[in-house]
Amino acid sequence: MSTVQDVTAAPVIDAVPKKAMSLGPLASLIILALLVVTPLFVKNFIIFQMTMWLIYAIAVLALNILTGASGQFSLGQSAFYALGAYTSAILMEHGDINYALTLPVAGVICFVAGFLFGLPALRLSGVYLALATFALATAMPQLLKLGVFEHWTGGVQGLVVTKPDAPEILATLGLKVSQDMWLYYFTLAVSILIYILSVNLLKSRSGRAMMAIRDNEIAASAMGVDVSLYKTLAFGVSAGITGIAGGLGAIAVQFVAPDGYTIQLAVALFLGMVVGGVGWLPGSLAGAAFIVFVPNIAESVSKGLSGAVFGVILILIIFLLPHGSRQLAYGAQRLIGKFRKN
Amino acid sequence: MELFTNQVLAGIATGAIYACMALAVVMIYQAIDHLNFAQGEMAMFSTFVAWQLMQWGVPYWGAFILTLAFSFVGGIVIERALFKPLAKAPVLTHVAGFIALFAIINSVAGLTWDFTIKQFPSPFGSSPFLGSQLISTHQAGMIGVTLILLLLLFVFFRYTRVGLAMRAAASMPESARLVGINTSWMIALGWGMAAAIGSIAGMLIAPVVFLEPNMMGGVLIYGFAAAVVGGLSSPLGAVVGGFLVGIFENLVGTYIPGVGNELKLPIALALIITVLVVKPNGLFGRAIVKRV
Amino acid sequence: MTIQVSVRIAALASVALASLAVTDAAFAQKKYDTGATDTEIKIGNIIPYSGPASAYGIIGKMEEAYFKMINEQGGINGRKINFISYDDGYSPPKAVEQARKLVESDEVLFVFGPLGTPSNTAIQKYMNAKKVPQLFVATGATKFGEYKSFPWTMGWQPAYQSEGQIFAKYAMTEKPDGKIAVLYQNDDLGKDMLKGLKDGLGAKASMIVAEESYEVSEPTIENHLTKLKATGADILLSISTPKFAAQAIKKVGELGWKPMYFQSNVGASVASVMRPAGLENSQGVLSLAYVKEASDPQWANDEGMKKYLDFLAKHAPFANVADSSAEYGYGQAQTVVQVLKQAGDNLTRANIMKEAASLKDFVPDTMLPGVKINTSATDFYPIEQLRMMRFTGEKWDVFGPPIESKLGG
Repeated sequence: MSTVQDVTAAPVIDAVPKKAMSLGPLASLIILALLVVTPLFVKNFIIFQMTMWLIYAIAVLALNILTGASGQFSLGQSAFYALGAYTSAILMEHGDINYALTLPVAGVICFVAGFLFGLPALRLSGVYLALATFALATAMPQLLKLGVFEHWTGGVQGLVVTKPDAPEILATLGLKVSQDMWLYYFTLAVSILIYILSVNLLKSRSGRAMMAIRDNEIAASAMGVDVSLYKTLAFGVSAGITGIAGGLGAIAVQFVAPDGYTIQLAVALFLGMVVGGVGWLPGSLAGAAFIVFVPNIAESVSKGLSGAVFGVILILIIFLLPHGSRQLAYGAQRLIGKFRKN
Repeated sequence: MELFTNQVLAGIATGAIYACMALAVVMIYQAIDHLNFAQGEMAMFSTFVAWQLMQWGVPYWGAFILTLAFSFVGGIVIERALFKPLAKAPVLTHVAGFIALFAIINSVAGLTWDFTIKQFPSPFGSSPFLGSQLISTHQAGMIGVTLILLLLLFVFFRYTRVGLAMRAAASMPESARLVGINTSWMIALGWGMAAAIGSIAGMLIAPVVFLEPNMMGGVLIYGFAAAVVGGLSSPLGAVVGGFLVGIFENLVGTYIPGVGNELKLPIALALIITVLVVKPNGLFGRAIVKRV
Repeated sequence: MTIQVSVRIAALASVALASLAVTDAAFAQKKYDTGATDTEIKIGNIIPYSGPASAYGIIGKMEEAYFKMINEQGGINGRKINFISYDDGYSPPKAVEQARKLVESDEVLFVFGPLGTPSNTAIQKYMNAKKVPQLFVATGATKFGEYKSFPWTMGWQPAYQSEGQIFAKYAMTEKPDGKIAVLYQNDDLGKDMLKGLKDGLGAKASMIVAEESYEVSEPTIENHLTKLKATGADILLSISTPKFAAQAIKKVGELGWKPMYFQSNVGASVASVMRPAGLENSQGVLSLAYVKEASDPQWANDEGMKKYLDFLAKHAPFANVADSSAEYGYGQAQTVVQVLKQAGDNLTRANIMKEAASLKDFVPDTMLPGVKINTSATDFYPIEQLRMMRFTGEKWDVFGPPIESKLGG
């Protein structure tokens, strides 16, 4: 994959190769504090928006693991997102299972699906893999609509999901937590967990193996890395995390329908990764912000041309920051470093 | 048996649409070693230009030639303005650029010409071809034009200096520069040619599917599929792939009981993935040897 | 003389006093919920301006233009309409976000005309929980008129199911031994209307010999018609949106197939379906309608149409006369203005719902003669009359009386 080689060849990263995937402890703490405190001071609607932001961030992070770590490029993440969403929705509505318990199930199902999809994808690379995943994303809404599953999926009409209340313990403790606020902190907890696990995964043996494959597949296999295993594993892990995001999305939106998981979503997640910076996990937050907020900005500029405005904003971003928000972060880091030296 | 022949014939008719678009896909792939996701929208925009010219009273062939020229120049301009500055950026950034281009063109066309469908004339008419109601003269003409384009492209890439230089520039930019090829302009030229071929595809497809800003959405997916089945480096493969996808899709819809019709597209796409797994470079593509 | 003057003055004075008393009483009755004040009424709206369904963006733009005109004319009972319209890109999650923004952040009085079955389903529960009207949704799915379970949601256009039922009745009377082939778009429109058709046929559902669905992502649907023709059916129901409707009519003509042809209302525009499909192919096609088509010359002297065309020229020059979505937005906007006029100074959310459910024989400019909007506390389907029409020459000929299409429940 020449693409990712280009990424790693960029000078900004060469300076800090080991930290390339995560953020320093101070910056992490500041961001975490903001994420924890902000909801206490804003309206429910903003809390909802922040919840969606975190959910998309998880999905972008999953794509980052696939592309950034193992060098495989997917335009089909919406398919796994949909699978996770439907898994959660069906378990909650037909199986009366607690929402929190549906998430691991969604994750496991998507992990298996991703692993299986990763097997044929092994033979594909670059453009061909992009097309295969693109095909998957295109086909997904039609599979969801299929008459055979209609009893479970609700067919074209979709499935309405009940929104969970905050646990009663909180109420007995005298804390009044709204549904939105509860769901936000729940999502935040899941996000942090996934983030920590992902960072550790990439720092582990497996993570280093994946990155070796990304940088040079042939060299990696010569050094004894089981290329097939780690590539399919990367697909599986990425799909599993996307599925958890999908499940959370279904709970937050309270609705799943084929129209929610079209190729548009796959494209949005992909753009989120590029804008955030390929392979830089904290960039997922910036990328998700792009997904949630830029369309709103575009439409406030012009209704008739919102698509064009969106396109222009996107072009500006990739012109100024071809490596995404990561470039910004490293630029800032350098600047701070200079000040310290002076 | 009659149903079978009918479905095959009908498949060839739609396959011609895919083949036409697939040629444009191969063209751009030869030039930039990547797929352009905005290619369908560029073709749609060109077709609208042709339509607008005809509304202003330009006769069909005049509009056709003007549109070709416009698309060629337009393709080069897009490359120079948008993608040349990104030459050093990662390919994924380019893909984001394609998506941005897609959004811009679609939105501008929607605002300029709105979303009601427009009738686009065909130079071949639409009476039954050779007495068959399944293939109209337009579709026959379309197959003819596709084959002519195929021939021209084949000759261009195989026998002309520019064609060879372009292939070299795309597949081995470093070495191409060493032998004195201006790779940057080769890429721009490729964009221009791809846009021009796309505009022909658009003008041939529009009489069948009707002209509107979203007309190429579905076509492009099938065009990609066709090009990939045939092999992205082979114009012949793209055309054969187009017909194969058209026929196969039809047969799936007709003969697989129950879900066949509902899952036409997914099954066709699954086939493509299968083909790729067996022959990763497509049916007619050249194998690429990887080096350390 | 002097006596007369003084009498007049006395009269005037008493009138003035009386009117004072009236306004006083009105002051006492003024009631507002969030989103309404003495000077302004905030209305929210969600439309796909971008994405795959951006063709419907024109509806929102027309509504905006209409409210702007109302404001220029002084507003409604002295209040200006503040129309806040957001884009959901036809994606349910985005629709939820936008609905919440409208309700919680912009604090609108009600949400009007959100478009699409998936988006409306996604926000329906939320709107009803918040007790904010989800008024005149832009979809024909039956579930948006269920006043018992969702008292804050109301439809507008005729239900897709009732359209299917009317076709069924017509087919049974005109061709009782016919064989029906159905081509339908694989979404809520297709599924709902197909259900209506089957319900309408009842015991005679076996008349349907073939059902063929298509996806909007298909470039052309010609091959489905080749297949349907091979079934030997002599009645064809095409449940399709404009582009595919035109492709189908054209292909059926090219195949030399001459079935009794029903075209669903959504794809029956003269300018954007029948004419592109070829007038020679369109002859004899049957459909149902509730609005007059602006580009149809037979309405050139119609009062309502004149007003509409005048509006297009003065206030909405961006809209294409041939675009039936533009007309749709105009009709919806007029209906909501009527509701606001009826509501007077009692601008609570409950009263908006109450007035929306008390429309009596209201006729927007664009309705076909005989089609009226009627609602009640137990009838949340505003437009329930449809008229049969047949395509002859270059226009639709309406025939038969308006058909009532009451849906149970």
